[in-house]
Amino acid sequence: MSLTIDSLSKRYISFEALNGVSLTAPQGAFVALLGPSGSGKTTLLRILGGLEFPDSGSVHFADLNWLGVPARERRAGFVFQHYALFRHMTVEKNIAFGLSVKRWRDRPNRKEIARRVRELLALVQLEGLGKRYPSQLSGGQRQRVALARALAIEPRMLLLDEPFGALDAKVRKELRAWLRQLHEMLGLTTVFVTHDQDEAFDLADLVAVMNGGKIEQYGSPADVRQAPRTAFVQEFIETRVH
Amino acid sequence: MSALFKPRRATEDHVLVRWGLTALALIYVGMFLFLPLLTVFKEALGDGLGAAWNTITEPDALSAIRLTLITAAIAVPLNAIFGIAASWAVAKFDFWGKGFLVTLIDLPFSVSPVVSGLIYALVFGLQGWLGGWLRDHDIRIIFALPGIILATIFVTFPFVARELIPLMNDQGRDEEEAAISLGASGWSTFWHVTLPNIKWGLLYGVLLCNARAMGEFGAVSVVSGHIRGLTETMPLHIEALYNDYQYVGAFAVASLLVMLALVTLTLKAILEWRYADEIAAVHHHH
Repeated sequence: MSLTIDSLSKRYISFEALNGVSLTAPQGAFVALLGPSGSGKTTLLRILGGLEFPDSGSVHFADLNWLGVPARERRAGFVFQHYALFRHMTVEKNIAFGLSVKRWRDRPNRKEIARRVRELLALVQLEGLGKRYPSQLSGGQRQRVALARALAIEPRMLLLDEPFGALDAKVRKELRAWLRQLHEMLGLTTVFVTHDQDEAFDLADLVAVMNGGKIEQYGSPADVRQAPRTAFVQEFIETRVH
Repeated sequence: MSALFKPRRATEDHVLVRWGLTALALIYVGMFLFLPLLTVFKEALGDGLGAAWNTITEPDALSAIRLTLITAAIAVPLNAIFGIAASWAVAKFDFWGKGFLVTLIDLPFSVSPVVSGLIYALVFGLQGWLGGWLRDHDIRIIFALPGIILATIFVTFPFVARELIPLMNDQGRDEEEAAISLGASGWSTFWHVTLPNIKWGLLYGVLLCNARAMGEFGAVSVVSGHIRGLTETMPLHIEALYNDYQYVGAFAVASLLVMLALVTLTLKAILEWRYADEIAAVHHHH
């Protein structure tokens, strides 16, 4: 179930979002797409999620032509930057959504859905908050609801768009450790987008530094940090953004 | 001391300014909203409740009421469905000619209703483009129910869409994308995610659309032909009675029209009160 991305290109009217991006990651890897805004990292993530389509190139995952699988059949758990929780649904309903919209013959019964929701609430440490609406939760809590909702569909891969972008520094650090633990527990191939290099180097097994729609360097955090291969990577690592 | 030096907030104006503005607003609302409404009811009851009741229950009035309700019952759902479809397309997708579509939706707002009526008379009337063909096939549109419905649909076209487009634009596509990535089909995304998020805006649009559909005068006046007991809607009936110096009758039917509007507004208020929590949740921004 390894992930192989081969020379993806995507052009918008005014600029080149992706310009021949290739990358491979083994099953269960935790991959960070690191770069400044406009570097194409979010576009790449959205292509993996089926929310955007490249002009050329291919993606293979779990021996599937991934681009040929419609978004709704990919089972790619996507966690959006602003969480995109269903604001008119309680936390429970949000988490249950992916199960309750399944075709009736695949759909678990009500009891089973309730059990799964309870399990997931426990997993993301939000027991007792199931009846709340998203607007009644803090940023960190919403983030975890979004994650639980994505995990409910038993995703084949996990895609996180700036997972900690909207949180303050303290919550961010806590969630980081927790997410890493969760990843080790679940073993899902995970790709996440960030502009924060501490986050990328801290969390990921593999870091792809992106700039201008290209991958400047791809490797383990230690490699990238110790041996920056291009001037851009060198400079990017030296300027610490917080 | 605390009584003498009550702390003033930075945004608070002088006491005279506050009272002055409040009084001005009250006088304004009273003169332009409350007083005219009161006059309608007062005139209607000028000869007593019985007389007002008789003018509402005479056959021509009943026919006008029926016609108005039928027209609204057809025009409002059609415009609601169209409004949802149009705003869904405009807010959630990018396509060529989007700006033109939005302008087109607004057109009935900027065209005088009389002109809208004339357009239909020109197209479907006896001397119009399709008049001959329609006569040959024995289809009556002008001076009949279909014409009245068409004119009403045209005039009330933008209400629902105008209400929903900004709302849906504001809400963005995130939740729809989330739903799709969780395995929902297009239809269940619309049904379980998009529609619940817009239902209060939709309700408001439908109420406005309904109020206008029942109250439309100009466009309907052109296409109806003013046949008493047959093609007269409530507003046309009110005018006819008024021109006949039957003031009690005119104002009694007018009161009924006002009350229909008040009922819908009350309904809205009750729903808003009942679902206050949910409304607050839906309108919360990130």
